[in-house]
Amino acid sequence: MPELPRDSVGLVTPQTAHFDAPLELACGRTLPSYELVYETYGELNAERSNAVLICHALSGHHHAAGYHSPDDRKPGWWDAHIGPGKSIDTERFFVVSLNNLGGCHGSTGPLSHNPATGRQWGPDFPMMTVTDWVHSQARLADRLGIQRFAAVIGGSLGGMQVLQWSLNYPERVANAAVIAATPKLSAQNIAFNEVARQAIRSDPDFHDGRYAEHDTLPRRGLKLARMVGHITYLSEDAMGSKFGRDLRSDDFNFGYDVEFQVESYLRYQGDTFSNRFDANTYLLMTKALDYFDPAAPHGGDLAAALAPASCPFLVVSFSTDWRFPPSRSRELVDALIRAGKAVSFANIDSPHGHDAFLLPEPRYQAVFAGFMKRVARDLNLEAH
Amino acid sequence: MRADLKLIHGWVPERARVLDLGCGDGTLLAALARDKGVTGYGLEIDPDGITACIEKGVNVIEQNLDEGLANFDDDACDLVIMTQALQALRRPDLMLDEMLRVAGECIITFPNFAYWRHRLYLGFKGYMPVSKSLPHAWYDTPNIHLSTFNDFERLCRDKGLIISDRAVGNGEHEGHWTSRLWPNLCGETAVFRVSRGPGG
Repeated sequence: MPELPRDSVGLVTPQTAHFDAPLELACGRTLPSYELVYETYGELNAERSNAVLICHALSGHHHAAGYHSPDDRKPGWWDAHIGPGKSIDTERFFVVSLNNLGGCHGSTGPLSHNPATGRQWGPDFPMMTVTDWVHSQARLADRLGIQRFAAVIGGSLGGMQVLQWSLNYPERVANAAVIAATPKLSAQNIAFNEVARQAIRSDPDFHDGRYAEHDTLPRRGLKLARMVGHITYLSEDAMGSKFGRDLRSDDFNFGYDVEFQVESYLRYQGDTFSNRFDANTYLLMTKALDYFDPAAPHGGDLAAALAPASCPFLVVSFSTDWRFPPSRSRELVDALIRAGKAVSFANIDSPHGHDAFLLPEPRYQAVFAGFMKRVARDLNLEAH
Repeated sequence: MRADLKLIHGWVPERARVLDLGCGDGTLLAALARDKGVTGYGLEIDPDGITACIEKGVNVIEQNLDEGLANFDDDACDLVIMTQALQALRRPDLMLDEMLRVAGECIITFPNFAYWRHRLYLGFKGYMPVSKSLPHAWYDTPNIHLSTFNDFERLCRDKGLIISDRAVGNGEHEGHWTSRLWPNLCGETAVFRVSRGPGG
């Protein structure tokens, strides 16, 4: 059996929480009952004051750290930052990470059975918003006996959930970390999402989302969607230094098969993704991104929208992120300042574009760990 | 604490809303929060300083002062502090305007180029002074706008600002009587407390 790294949370087992109380959604529909799949790392202290909630991004899920089996090739998606002695130190904090509603990794979503019809939800699964997710996460917190999180943390779409938490449940968030996020998508962001959606929806195998009934999957569409998305996750420099104009063979083939290494990489990423992700989930997650705009009900005044928040914020951006560039984080920071909220902001120099929020990088780790140390100190949390 | 910070600490009113430009590792803001219930933000670009602030619980914004303070509203704070940063800015005069837009009062400290040791260095050796308060060589110094105690006073006068307090310090020591008498000659560090003039 291969040995797991010492700074890993080790082997973890997902758990499932079932909820029978109906959840009213922003779209006007109601989920009569639902399940949330989640993992926890570390131990909840007697005062229940050391819980940290991790919110996942577009294609994320509950498996944020550790391994499901000793044979796993890779640990959870944020293992670089969660574990003993890491930024989110599991010797101190009790970490909760869940798969959001509408997801395709075990929580109720398009792949689940609709109790009303007995068939798979598929495209009939209700459209979700960031606010809906936050309400469902609050119910999970209730179930786990967590009244107030020491910190709610997330990157990208996860960061938007953090922001929404601070507005919907200010008394339940002691600290908030919003990483590589934005207070709303730009027209360009929505445009990229729309290209991804059209790629999926125009795949002949999509069948208006009822591909399961036709015993097929819109693999080509999902692959294209992921390829487009992936370009926006990397910086031009990162792609350039990784692939340049390298060819797979010595010379041009003068054909349309894979010639450049970057083509090979994108196709590989698209293929792997299309085999493990559900197209209906991808569609609704991109819509949740597009809809997010807490300032809208306040006539676009973000500072006014932030009035209910009461926790200190950490906002982090990455220099080469062009999906949610540093200027978008600045927009949030400036509004927090205008609203008189406690906030710190760091713009991390990284060549890795939007993906940088997932990776270990010394300055990012120092900032993140410094923030969490202060959180622990303020709440008198001792290491076990 | 650095001598100029100690002096400023005494000048800041209780519970003031403060903006600290070039706040370093957040020592001053942390002390002011602890001792006087002061709130506010520090601006900094040094990565180690930013991390130190975050760990201390001092609100710090990564922001280049040369880009101005447009993200702070008029009268957003009671007091703007800038220690040992004025001389490194592209346009110190415009920054002074910005500071007094954001708050009615500001406290500024900078190395006094007319300090007698600097005069001797330049006068006798014929080289740009290098000292504890000006440790860089002329070609790699961040201090691109060196000035004297008198220069700054003149700038404030030209702008119609009110100087409500001024002091000089020498290294880590309290000001000597000679620096009270001849601040432009005997002060190594100049400390000014300035507020908007009657028109402002």
